[in-house]
Amino acid sequence: MIATALLDLGHGFAVALQPDNLLYCFMGVLIGQIVGVLPGMGAMAAISLLLPLTFSMNPVASILMLSGIFYGSQYGGAICSILLNLPCHPPHAVTCLDGYPLTQQGKGGTALMITMIGSFIGASFGVTEMIFFSPVLTKMALQFGPADIFSIMLLGLLAGSTMAKGSPIKGIAMTCLGLLLGMVGLDIYTGAPRFAFGVTKLFDGVPIVALALGMFGIAEFLKNMNRLTTISTANVKVSFRDMRPTREDIKKSIFPWFRGTIVGSLCSLIPGTGPTIASYVAYAVEKKTSKTPERFGHGAIEGVAAPEAATHSSVQGDFIPTMSLGIPGDAVMALLLGALIIHGIQPGPLLIGEHPDIFWGLIASFWIGNIILVFLNVPLIGLWVRLLSVPYRYLYPSALFFICIGVYSVNSSFFEVGETLVIGVIGYGLLLLDFHPAPILLGFVLGPRVEENFRRAMIISDGSFKTFVDRPISAVFLALCALLIGLQIYFWRRRARKERPFSALPFDAVL
Amino acid sequence: MGPGYVPLYLGLILIFLGSFMAIRQTEPVGGANVILDRPEWKGWACIVAGLVAFIVLGQYAGLVPASFACVFISAMGDRRATLKGAAILSACITLFGVALFHFLLKVSIPLFWWQS
Repeated sequence: MIATALLDLGHGFAVALQPDNLLYCFMGVLIGQIVGVLPGMGAMAAISLLLPLTFSMNPVASILMLSGIFYGSQYGGAICSILLNLPCHPPHAVTCLDGYPLTQQGKGGTALMITMIGSFIGASFGVTEMIFFSPVLTKMALQFGPADIFSIMLLGLLAGSTMAKGSPIKGIAMTCLGLLLGMVGLDIYTGAPRFAFGVTKLFDGVPIVALALGMFGIAEFLKNMNRLTTISTANVKVSFRDMRPTREDIKKSIFPWFRGTIVGSLCSLIPGTGPTIASYVAYAVEKKTSKTPERFGHGAIEGVAAPEAATHSSVQGDFIPTMSLGIPGDAVMALLLGALIIHGIQPGPLLIGEHPDIFWGLIASFWIGNIILVFLNVPLIGLWVRLLSVPYRYLYPSALFFICIGVYSVNSSFFEVGETLVIGVIGYGLLLLDFHPAPILLGFVLGPRVEENFRRAMIISDGSFKTFVDRPISAVFLALCALLIGLQIYFWRRRARKERPFSALPFDAVL
Repeated sequence: MGPGYVPLYLGLILIFLGSFMAIRQTEPVGGANVILDRPEWKGWACIVAGLVAFIVLGQYAGLVPASFACVFISAMGDRRATLKGAAILSACITLFGVALFHFLLKVSIPLFWWQS
């Protein structure tokens, strides 16, 4: 089995090293790196902006580029946290705790280098895991019937909405909203229009680009309007020479790197726990196992090494359920799946067998992309630092223009630009009320497939709900769903009794 | 199992969750995102107006006026924006946008209204 995996991987490298694919991979990580450092921009907005441009490309190149943006932006986020104490990107918020004190001690460059090595180790492990794990998972998944697939997706949706940031109940509500949004348009079985309100232009449904750019583009701009101060990077000086870590730093970081990597990969196995949670857990683990926990928060290099390795390992691990089962763990993965669907590729257990180019090419490109990123980061560090100080007032009008033309170009329709605007304004309202938009996208992408499998299972069982409990696989996953809800209620009751300030993550107390 | 089956139950779940949130109010009202003491009406209006301008001008006037108006109007929403600064920014973005989207990617909006 290992031999076939390696053979397939070789094929993947052949795909990823084709000049045009290599170019797109490079462009992806470059754009990702840039949006990762630019203030007020996120990977979500960047991926959905470039999505329309990839429609005319071949599917392999487009998926390599879009995922490159995602993991590329993870590298950029760390720079912001360590050098400026700004948690621009949630997964790197915890890196601030020890990264910034290191910068104050004049060791910011070293911290960055430790981060990059850690990222590379974490990412490589995540990719290795994907190589050996995905085919096994796929083989299992091929025996699943519609009822089983429905239950797994239900678990994925529940986990994605309750384990992430914010209130679990609001998360579930947003998932339902996303599922409903995914149903706009003609029903696949009967052809009846749903939620179209007589507007023929809505018969095709809400385009994913409009939804993603409304929620993660326009709503974010409305939120950040006049609220982001321009960052001064005048007194940040990092040169290539500062980045060389001493032997002692490396020795101190080796175990944190590997512990972080393991934590990250474990977190990625649980759907819904993305890189943010992984980085927090890794930091907590590091603090718990350290002999000198009092150094944490005052510039302990371990506090930088472990969370960064965990972030990257979980970022790559997130691709496993996405590519092998077709069940995304978070909004970015949902968007990548949406890109595959637009290219006419049905995600799911058959993907690896039917489109080996995409799967193995993607894996090979992870390695290539991560190597490119290390080379982009180390010598060009000064440039990235300077990008941090681009004023937001130049950034958002340009981004708005790209949103407009990007959405228009999908179907040459101004109506869809209008949809984006409406979604953006509603999305900002939801943000104000503390609803997070990520579960909406998750529900939106999975919605049609959840419904399809549910109805198929009901047709097979002649309208009996028993089929979901009778099939062992489905029953196990439904039990897990019940367990998840039970745990949430338990935590909620305990919190209510203690009347502590609200926090969705039980391990917040550890920090 | 008609087309309305799943939406009906999703709607019922949403009603349940919504009334639960309304009655219990377990969480403090407003999280980190609520900053209502300082509403940015001008900024918000400019972003919305910029997008509307793109839609309207794109349909009737062409790509160049639409891009310029979109960037210019939305840029004026920032408190420190000046007419000159916004105009320069819009001109640059329009030039870049026309080069990339009209000539390179062949997006189907004419440059000006007389070309259609």
